[in-house]
Amino acid sequence: MMSADTMTATKTMNMIEAINSAMDVMLERDSNVVVMGEDVGFFGGVFRATAGLQKKHGKTRVFDTPINECGIIGVAVGMGAYGLRPVPEIQFADYIYPGLDQLVSEAARLRYRSAADFICPMTVRTPFGGGIFGGQTHSQSPESIMTHICGVKTVIPSNPYDAKGLLIAAIEDNDPVVFLEPKRIYNGPFSGYYDRPVEPWSKHAASAVPEGHYRIELGKAATVREGEALTVLAYGTMVHVVKTIVEELKVDAEIIDLRTLLPLDIDAIEASVKKTGRCLVIHEATRTSGFGAELAALVQERCFYHLEAPVERVTGFDTPYPHSLEWAYFPGPVRIATALTKILKD
Amino acid sequence: MPETDRRPASNLQPLSLHIPEPRYRPGDTPDFGDIVVPAVDATPRPGEATKPDAMRDLCYGLVRVLDFDGQAKGQWDPKLSPERLRTMLRYMMLVRAFDDRMFRAQRQGKTSFYMKCTGEEATSVASTMALDRGDMCFPSYRQQGILIARDYPLIQMMNQIYSNRGDHLLGRQLPIMYSAPEHGFFSVSGNLATQYPQAVGWAMASASKGDSRIATVWCGEGSSAEGDFHSALTFATVYNAPVIFNVVNNQWAISSFSGFAGGERTTFAARAVGYGIAGLRVDGNDPLAVYAATQWAADRARTNSGPTLIEHFTYRSEGHSTSDDPSAYRPADEASAWPFGDPIVRLRQHLETLGEWDGERHEAQRAELEDLVKTTQKQSEKLGILGHGMHQPFETMFQDVFEDMPWHLKEQCAQMLAEQEAKFGPDWKPE
Ligand SMILES: Cc1ncc(C[n+]2csc(CCOP(=O)(O)OP(=O)(O)O)c2C)c(N)n1
Ligand SMILES: [Mg+2]
Repeated sequence: MMSADTMTATKTMNMIEAINSAMDVMLERDSNVVVMGEDVGFFGGVFRATAGLQKKHGKTRVFDTPINECGIIGVAVGMGAYGLRPVPEIQFADYIYPGLDQLVSEAARLRYRSAADFICPMTVRTPFGGGIFGGQTHSQSPESIMTHICGVKTVIPSNPYDAKGLLIAAIEDNDPVVFLEPKRIYNGPFSGYYDRPVEPWSKHAASAVPEGHYRIELGKAATVREGEALTVLAYGTMVHVVKTIVEELKVDAEIIDLRTLLPLDIDAIEASVKKTGRCLVIHEATRTSGFGAELAALVQERCFYHLEAPVERVTGFDTPYPHSLEWAYFPGPVRIATALTKILKD
Repeated sequence: MPETDRRPASNLQPLSLHIPEPRYRPGDTPDFGDIVVPAVDATPRPGEATKPDAMRDLCYGLVRVLDFDGQAKGQWDPKLSPERLRTMLRYMMLVRAFDDRMFRAQRQGKTSFYMKCTGEEATSVASTMALDRGDMCFPSYRQQGILIARDYPLIQMMNQIYSNRGDHLLGRQLPIMYSAPEHGFFSVSGNLATQYPQAVGWAMASASKGDSRIATVWCGEGSSAEGDFHSALTFATVYNAPVIFNVVNNQWAISSFSGFAGGERTTFAARAVGYGIAGLRVDGNDPLAVYAATQWAADRARTNSGPTLIEHFTYRSEGHSTSDDPSAYRPADEASAWPFGDPIVRLRQHLETLGEWDGERHEAQRAELEDLVKTTQKQSEKLGILGHGMHQPFETMFQDVFEDMPWHLKEQCAQMLAEQEAKFGPDWKPE
């Protein structure tokens, strides 16, 4: 949903550029916004998401930090208590764990424990997910840890247009948001076929991004593809992978890109599953206690009498992310096709 | 707030936020003329049991042995035999030849990632040579010199870098994240500084068992900002653990200069002061100084005299990794302006000064080592290069999550093998 001041010129952007633009717009509009993290200042981030921002907005608005994730999130809590609106970057989601105490025990509970005396309006940006031969410490998908905290919102964009609008909404939100960026699709959507060339974002409609300010409301899913045969619940990289496969197999799937995992757009999910009667949940993260378990439970609770088949999950396996066997691990075309066959059987 | 609690602030300047900034950026001409280089024999060598408070000066000075003209001088000179010096030179040259070759292999698309330690070879090679073979090393990702100095087979390192059929880690780890227990080399983690408290735990265990082995651990100056670093120092001082902490201060942490780890305020060796631990600041490009400091710390640890923190003052001559482009954030010629030279050049010069080495032997050794690396690389590549991966039997993915495989992993493994058959046919085997 676009707000009124959206009607600015658009520019073709990949996901990194769209994310960069969101921070640029917010740094410009709100003097309380600060951007910080390891290598984000002069260099502009190891993925270049903050390139040029320090030069434009100054060193006290966009700056490097010590390598200490606990400190990064902890000082962001303190800055928020003062009245700033910090946007810390954690270089890889795999490195958020040293900061978890500040995130779980502090950021997520500050509003509650102080009865809103203090709030924590921070947005933690972090690249996540595999498919880049990053091995076990540059590939993880920790979204279900975030949704389990109760007190942080969890957002995962799947294209440049959404990335910018969602990031702006996240920065403007008065509660802590973890904004997980699917790094495999920074430069172009991924088909799921590792041996095919990557198509750049410029060939995709969602790369037309307004240059100015616009918001995509948190908690609202997007229907990527309408269909009658089944509902697919996806987010991030997997939106593109599953879309490729259902189109190849000519399955009339309705694909819902959740965009925000918490708060979840339960109405969109319920309406779609009640229409199709079948539901496939897909994520790259490990299976056990993954976000797919939550989705399957919700669908079962709310749509049980509409279901014509058990809810299926397509996920990563319950192992650390392997380096060499990355493409055996990744929930790719075969795993998705197998699940589709099973769920559509009768 | 009552009016009386309020301090009239009118005579104070408003606060301002300090953001560290390195002295030189791309385009600048680096000049390190103001780095204080104490005379080689200016730093006394205290007894190994000296109380930390009585040797604080060593946290702010610089342990040196080799003068810039190749002479070994002063109390710290470990007086190694020419034979031992030549071995040290050989190991450092082998590390460099290995790094150059593997970096190029990544550039040729043969693997996903590589990290060199160019200019920092002494901080792992000389350090390891001063330890006992049974001592346990907890490295970061930049201590390939430990493996080389302990004669770990090069082919095993390459197999790991290629994630190929010969990789004893079964392709599970990112290149250079080795593990070699028989060589006293702990499994490398991608998460910075986690090895620091682990080394202390190993040292505490050794002490509690009445063993004689000590632990030693490395991290970069950037990583010393992590909480794990400080947890380790706290435990080490509380339990007087027989451990050596190495901080390799190569001035850079990816694009962030040492000021973002506190380097503008004090030395990294001085972290030891607050914890009551012995600290030594060492010329990390002087292999003999690194050796001498490590030997001192090892003797101290082995005699129940406590832990030591050694800052190796050095310079990262090349990019952080194959993913990095340092020309975006520092002057291209900063490495050559670095006042402490190159550790290989300096040791070579020392041996030549002693009349124990010459240019001809040096060139011959360089060619020999390059050849050794090249031949080994060919052997390793017969076992596969990374490519799209998948050189291991797929079921290895599920092994070692636990000692015994629970039902859910068995089910997932069966599912994956069915996928493999669907993708590649029933006769497919990993190449
Ligand atoms: C917990 C954690 N945070 C961030 C990173 C990303 N990272 C990898 S290496 C590095 C820089 C480390 O610099 P330093 O400790 O100085 O070691 P050097 O690379 O110079 O040897 C960073 C930030 C990581 N691997 N782990
Ligand atoms: Mg460093």
